[in-house]
Amino acid sequence: MTVVSIEQDKEGLNFTIVAEFSAPPARVWQIWSDPRQLEHWWGPPTWPATFERHELTPGGSSSYYMTGPEGEKPRGWWKVRSVDEPRSLEFDDGFSTNDGAPDPNMPTIRIRVELDEHGAGTRMTIRSSFETLEQMQQLVDMGMVEGMSAAMGQIDDVLAA
Amino acid sequence: MVVGSSDDVDRIFGALADPTRRDIVSRVLRRESSVSSLARGYAMSFAAVQKHVAVLERAGLVMKERRGREQIVRGDVVSIRAASRLLEEYEEMWRGRIGRIEALLDDVADEQAKEMHDDRGQH
Repeated sequence: MTVVSIEQDKEGLNFTIVAEFSAPPARVWQIWSDPRQLEHWWGPPTWPATFERHELTPGGSSSYYMTGPEGEKPRGWWKVRSVDEPRSLEFDDGFSTNDGAPDPNMPTIRIRVELDEHGAGTRMTIRSSFETLEQMQQLVDMGMVEGMSAAMGQIDDVLAA
Repeated sequence: MVVGSSDDVDRIFGALADPTRRDIVSRVLRRESSVSSLARGYAMSFAAVQKHVAVLERAGLVMKERRGREQIVRGDVVSIRAASRLLEEYEEMWRGRIGRIEALLDDVADEQAKEMHDDRGQH
């Protein structure tokens, strides 16, 4: 596993995960910038994501849905805050109503991605900030995250193969 | 304690934000302990340790009961699990994503290596 560290800072409102890859930052940047590559990993195998819009520019937005095993289609959005290719990216990630508009009753998470050269490869730091713990609880209560962790066993199988 | 409202969750994370309190929780989860014996383990006053225990008690992470002259502190396993579950779920999600990114980067690298190999084969 390439995850090198995980840190939850004060009161659990921030979560930071650091991972290292052998590919250089310019290559790792593509897994964020190319929607077809992003779709390969944003959702778990049982909830694949489809990005209908993906504008990786400051002020740009993305629109996506995930397809569940029973045909459910929860929708999400990104609002891009800053982009510094291939070094950093910051966006808000939230849920949408069925008509694609941001759902104000659902949690929003701010995600900051940093890609640093690490030898010939990349060290990727992802920091997620929640506005309130209630939001975090809501995310977990929704079962979306639990659905995702249920897919973990399969991922480990794929990686081990 | 059943973790229900966001106030409960705020109290739990607030209580666990302090390293001494995290240490107290891990000690009393393993073995119940009196406040005075806990206090001997830290370079701080009995009153300071007692305050930390009170914060943990309000968050529902530990239970305190009086036995004779001693106040005995025990960890509340159910509450502690509920608190850590939130972050674990989120962590699992990102571990999954990073595993898939790794697989994706490896796949492309494999394909490129194969193409280079094929190119060489043709010439």
